[in-house]
Amino acid sequence: MTTAPTPVPTPAAVDTNGGGGTPGTATPATPAAPTAIRRRRGGRAWLGALPLLVFFAIGFGLPAVAIAIGAFTTSSDAPGGGGHFTMANLSDSLQGAYLTALLGSVKLSALTALIGTAIGLPLAQAVATSRFKFVRETVLAGSGVLANFGGVPLAFMFVATLGNAGEVTTSLGLKDYGWSLYTFNGLAVVYLYFLIPLMILTITPALEGLRVQWREAAYNNGATVFQYWRHVALPVLLPSLLGGYVLLFGASFAAYATAEAMVGSSIPLISMQIGDALSGNVLVGQGNLALALGLDMIVVACLVMAIYLPLQRRSAKWLSS
Amino acid sequence: MNRLRLGRGLVLLLCGVYFFVPLGASLYFSIDDHHGNVAFNAYTSLLSAPGFLDALYLSLELAAATVVLLLVLLVPALLAARLGAPKLRPVIEVVCSMPLVVPVVALTTGIVGVLRWGPDYLANTPIFQTFVAIQNPNFPVVLLIAYVLMALPFAYRALDGGLRSVDVVTLVEAARSCGASWPRAVFSVVLPNLRSALLSASVLTVALVLGEFTTASILGFQPFSVWINAYGKTDGQMSVAVSILSLLIVWVVLLLLSVLGGRTRKAARS
Repeated sequence: MTTAPTPVPTPAAVDTNGGGGTPGTATPATPAAPTAIRRRRGGRAWLGALPLLVFFAIGFGLPAVAIAIGAFTTSSDAPGGGGHFTMANLSDSLQGAYLTALLGSVKLSALTALIGTAIGLPLAQAVATSRFKFVRETVLAGSGVLANFGGVPLAFMFVATLGNAGEVTTSLGLKDYGWSLYTFNGLAVVYLYFLIPLMILTITPALEGLRVQWREAAYNNGATVFQYWRHVALPVLLPSLLGGYVLLFGASFAAYATAEAMVGSSIPLISMQIGDALSGNVLVGQGNLALALGLDMIVVACLVMAIYLPLQRRSAKWLSS
Repeated sequence: MNRLRLGRGLVLLLCGVYFFVPLGASLYFSIDDHHGNVAFNAYTSLLSAPGFLDALYLSLELAAATVVLLLVLLVPALLAARLGAPKLRPVIEVVCSMPLVVPVVALTTGIVGVLRWGPDYLANTPIFQTFVAIQNPNFPVVLLIAYVLMALPFAYRALDGGLRSVDVVTLVEAARSCGASWPRAVFSVVLPNLRSALLSASVLTVALVLGEFTTASILGFQPFSVWINAYGKTDGQMSVAVSILSLLIVWVVLLLLSVLGGRTRKAARS
């Protein structure tokens, strides 16, 4: 995954057919009491999920353990030998160039998420209310591609477009205005190319949940378009919008491929620093620094999710009622 | 109302310009020979570019393996949660959502950490051979594991959505009452009903694997996206050509899928 996940609206908590036992599905040969059937089939059902749980425990659990242990111990090439408890990795990861990178990532993410939300909302509204099914399908499929697949191809397309020898740069003479793609602002422009589609994907279900009747009622009572949005639509959309903002923040924060392919580590970003550290570009004895940086990143991402999930649940409640 | 429609059209137009300018400019860049002529060298010489086919094969193999492993793990788990153990559902939902919370770069640091245990602590044990084997550059199992984890949330949402629209319990009951065995009930009754969900989970996974860069690049393998990046440093024009092609192909596939999916849904309703 190069960028962020496609958000899918949280499923409503209603369970149409899973809840409770399912008496009557037993093999005809065993006329046992329903509870006994349920218990026995429940036992077998656990086995169906076992491979997934085992895979997850190994594939996800071991790396998590590695981060948790590694971030707080000295690495094996350290002078005193590896495996000793230390806070040095973590404190190093929050100092100097690494702190700059963390703050740079947060700043870039906050800014691009804000712009992405502001542009994505009217765009999604235009798409959601479009009369042409083809336009909707094309835009949504395209958004799916750009939001999830982007990454390296995106970087090259922007180099070809707005890079030093890019078509648009040369034909408009943008260099004379001081434009450079390989800066903070240039990176922000590129990030918007996958963040706006992500916003469209996130907010479209919520926009489709806005009832036509609400708008008609507002207009019948003499409200202007502005008043309808100010007093009806935006308050209902607010949780979804905030959720979308947070999701965009997370996507931008976690992005690695685009920046790596385009600017390398010349712009301080936490994901670039981790990539560098993992490639061995750190001092001897600081191998575990990368794990500490990873831990920093997970903490920020968890904070983001802690804000996002309740918001998502709240907006789902609003729009499904 | 007319003014609204005009505004909507204007918004879509601006969005179109913003999104098509880079595409168009890249296209022009890839066929412009810098002497004012048009040349398709970047596209025609693609197949003979060093490493292109190897990287593409590796990516396709990984994508196929990821889809298979993902479905083998996920479908039984979801069916089990529906049919017999409803208490499993929240567990599975949490498990499938966890990879969303952890940024891919951070997951990769964890994987690198685990892989380092091999030479550091396990060098004289048989487990070390496993560590070597899963890092075989011809088919890196470690990437397969990472990709299944990354694709888990999408595939889960797609399959869960599909299961939601089908009454699996009744279907299985009916099949079992008619004397079908468990495997037969699943393979010839349940799975055909989930066709579009399975298809969209698979396509999302393939798109994700083909585009994945972070983990493969940090771990030092060279599937398609890493190759584009490496080769782009030497032949800019060709890398842009590949980028456009790969984006367009995935776009068309997703578009076809949504059109087909929409059609079957409508047909089922009427």
